[in-house]
Amino acid sequence: MIQLTVNRISRSFQGDPEMPLLWFLRDELQLTGTKYGCGLGLCGACTVHLDGKAVRSCQTPMKAVAGKKVTTIEGLAVSGDHALQAAWKQHNVPQCGYCQSGQIMQAASLLREKPHPTDADIDAAMDGNICRCGTYQRIRAAIKSAAAGKTASSAELPEPEFEELATSRLPGLQIHLDKAGSAPLPELVTEEAGR
Amino acid sequence: MSEIRNLSRRGLLGQMFSAGAFVLAARVVPQRALAAVSYGAGANASEDWHPNLWLSLSPDGTLTILAHRSEMGTGVRSSLPAVVAEEMDADMSRVHIEQAIGDVRLGSQDTDGSCSIRLFLQTMREVGASARTMLVSAAAAKWGVPVAECSAKNHQIVHASSGRSLGFGALASLAASQPAPDPKSLVFKNPADYKYVGKDFPITDLDDMVHGRAVFGFDAHMDGMLYASIERSPVIDGKLKSYDGAEALKVKGVRQVVTIDHSDPPWLFKPLGGVAVIGDNTWAVMEGRKKLKVEWDPGPNGTADSVAFRAGLMETARKPGKVVRNIGNVDEAFTRAAKTHEAEYSTPLLAHASMEPPAAVAEFKDGKVITWAATQNPQAVQETVAAALGIKKEDVTCHVTLLGGAFGRKSKPDYVAEAAILSKKCGKPVKVAWSREDDIRFDYYHSTAAMYLKAGLDDQGKPLAWLQRSVFPPLMTLYDPKAIYPSFELSLGWTDVPFDFKNHRAESGPASPPLRIGWLRSVASIYHAFAVHSFLDELAHLAGRDPVEYLLASLGPDRKIDFKAQGVEHGSDGKDEYAYDTGRLRRVIEIAADKSGWAKRKPSKGRALGICAHRSFLTYVASVVDLEVDAQGAIRIHRVDTALDAGRIVNADRVRSQFEGAAVFGTSAALMGEISFRNGRVTQSNFHNHPVARMSEAPRETHVYIVPSDAPPAGVGEPGVPPIAPAICNAIFAATGKRIRELPIRKTKLA
Repeated sequence: MIQLTVNRISRSFQGDPEMPLLWFLRDELQLTGTKYGCGLGLCGACTVHLDGKAVRSCQTPMKAVAGKKVTTIEGLAVSGDHALQAAWKQHNVPQCGYCQSGQIMQAASLLREKPHPTDADIDAAMDGNICRCGTYQRIRAAIKSAAAGKTASSAELPEPEFEELATSRLPGLQIHLDKAGSAPLPELVTEEAGR
Repeated sequence: MSEIRNLSRRGLLGQMFSAGAFVLAARVVPQRALAAVSYGAGANASEDWHPNLWLSLSPDGTLTILAHRSEMGTGVRSSLPAVVAEEMDADMSRVHIEQAIGDVRLGSQDTDGSCSIRLFLQTMREVGASARTMLVSAAAAKWGVPVAECSAKNHQIVHASSGRSLGFGALASLAASQPAPDPKSLVFKNPADYKYVGKDFPITDLDDMVHGRAVFGFDAHMDGMLYASIERSPVIDGKLKSYDGAEALKVKGVRQVVTIDHSDPPWLFKPLGGVAVIGDNTWAVMEGRKKLKVEWDPGPNGTADSVAFRAGLMETARKPGKVVRNIGNVDEAFTRAAKTHEAEYSTPLLAHASMEPPAAVAEFKDGKVITWAATQNPQAVQETVAAALGIKKEDVTCHVTLLGGAFGRKSKPDYVAEAAILSKKCGKPVKVAWSREDDIRFDYYHSTAAMYLKAGLDDQGKPLAWLQRSVFPPLMTLYDPKAIYPSFELSLGWTDVPFDFKNHRAESGPASPPLRIGWLRSVASIYHAFAVHSFLDELAHLAGRDPVEYLLASLGPDRKIDFKAQGVEHGSDGKDEYAYDTGRLRRVIEIAADKSGWAKRKPSKGRALGICAHRSFLTYVASVVDLEVDAQGAIRIHRVDTALDAGRIVNADRVRSQFEGAAVFGTSAALMGEISFRNGRVTQSNFHNHPVARMSEAPRETHVYIVPSDAPPAGVGEPGVPPIAPAICNAIFAATGKRIRELPIRKTKLA
């Protein structure tokens, strides 16, 4: 059995130790903010933090995360926005939004190592994260805003209570599933058909 | 004009809305277009009234607006509802946007062709204005004052002279008893008072997206669902000879190995067929799939080769083709020319490669299917799934998730049919999530194209005659394998070339594809703009003229072009109000040239500007690219200046973001995009051998200038792409003297 911490919650895993962390997060914990994009570490969509540093979760087997601390996009800010999330909103970065979890996690790792990155630093850190919609120039601008402290944020909050996280995570997903779909139309249709 | 009705008293919407909700619905498609549809027992379709857009207002003030088009990054899920809110003077922070399921009664939900705003802007205005009128009437009645003294302001109705006001919610039940106004009587908000439309506002999903809460097709979940990974024939139309799943079943978490039947052409959106490994999680089924032993009969496409395919198209392009537009007498004019110039251009197959590969979850139960899918076209999902399972399309409920990119691929729901078929076989909900390799190898590819151009020039280097010939397989092959000549694709940058040439002929040659092709963001305009605007740039340099000056001269005097009057069958997809206006193209050229500093810039060794101007999806676009080619031949795109005229727009920030993104998408197609195949098998598999532009390769800055316009709305998602590749290639020529006639550029050594 592998023990690890995910977003400050202790977790255990009993399956194939070769299984990438990505699928443990997505399929077992339902933490679907971390995305699959290539499965080969080529696109960065699956980026999470392992002991505070960006890694590709599709290339990180479960056996390599025993006893370690994993942070995903869902846990980057405990409540409110990390400085980068605030900057992402300020610059309206996302288009389709799919790659943005990985982009933000990669950028957060960059800022931890280099709080005031140059353009070359940003290129070097972010070149592994593909955005097919082409939001790169806004990603760059958002990283610079966050680095300059130009966004209001509640980043790097103290460790939260265990229960607070455990109860807030799954309902959040459920609520959004309701939002993404639609219930009312069939009722309207039924009414129309029976008229 | 829409027909709008008050449905508040129908009483059957209660599960969604609290009691007393005010519900308005509008129908915008002609009734006769729906008459053939069956609506179930006892219903008389021709008498029924089928709304395709609606809103509701609850007593607590929450305004719910249906979004019936798919969100893939354009912001449309927020833009159309914002138009309703604008006309009502509602507060967007109190608007809940509800994503529609697929239903033919909603009119077209095929989120494709850059037409959501064009088709639905006016309807949304009418819905919003109707709702506002009814709220005003309700308040006036309650207060016993004239309607004319009341107005809507920030989610309330106010009576200015007495200072009274009531929130929308408080008026909901009263508004529900008001008759829907005659659409002809509607008074629309003065655009000068707009709070949202034409301005910047955030998309509704923004906060969810930056926190990982947004739900895409890959994230959709149904209780008790199983996961599937499907091995398909590496050659299109190949058939399963034999398979052995014994080793796959030994993988922990794998439960079943089942087959999906082969589909014969026409491909439509049918599943390709294959061997599916079913199990408890994505990893288990991917690992299990690697252990499958499968033998395929490659079938008729087993020797297909992309090099030979491209060469074949080019060979056809060298020969006379079917004339699709003719002005004057090109052949006669060639005999008078002081000089002739000819060139051949070609472009490769491209893959969509959206960051989210195709994905859906489906449950077959009691003869019906419920699916959650990343789809651009939920009605096509209903039809495709129904056909695959032999059930009625009304028995397929398609919920639409967010789409992690789509670019045309997710109009084709073969993957949703796979999930539904597998659910029926397994008796549980099944999630089909394609791997990147599946996505690259089983795409509906943007086709290879070959183009031949020839110009006869006078002694000033001005064209006396212009001949253009293009060859590519028609999209219609998806529906009819025997189709060999394109049709509407020709209106995308080929028969609608706006130059003022006295002798001008466009031709089209026949072609058949050896794999599935489909439409990709901006479709045929990608290769047509590349050929036409590269060739025009060649002529400018031959004449020793400035490319912008030469382009403007070729465009001729400002005028509207009536392609139909020229006898062109597929000239432009616009009605009269969208007639090709060369003055609007001229204006965006002038803006892009001005903002890029074109006139002041002298090409220096290795660094230069290039231009292209192209109308597509009824939007006029000009882009100037500023790039540098270093001593090693590496390209760095410093800046793109794009000017556009899309008529009336809704969310200015999302318009800018689409054109910023289009510059990157166009850069990928220009520099590196290529799918090849050998022995019928696609060579590429993932981002290492099918690269797309990364941050360091993308344009460093893209500046977007939107021409303020009251013209009817046009497209935004696609028109930014076509000018990029030719502008890049024209800049490379100016910087290095090397002319790129074959994409992608990486095939040419620039050092």
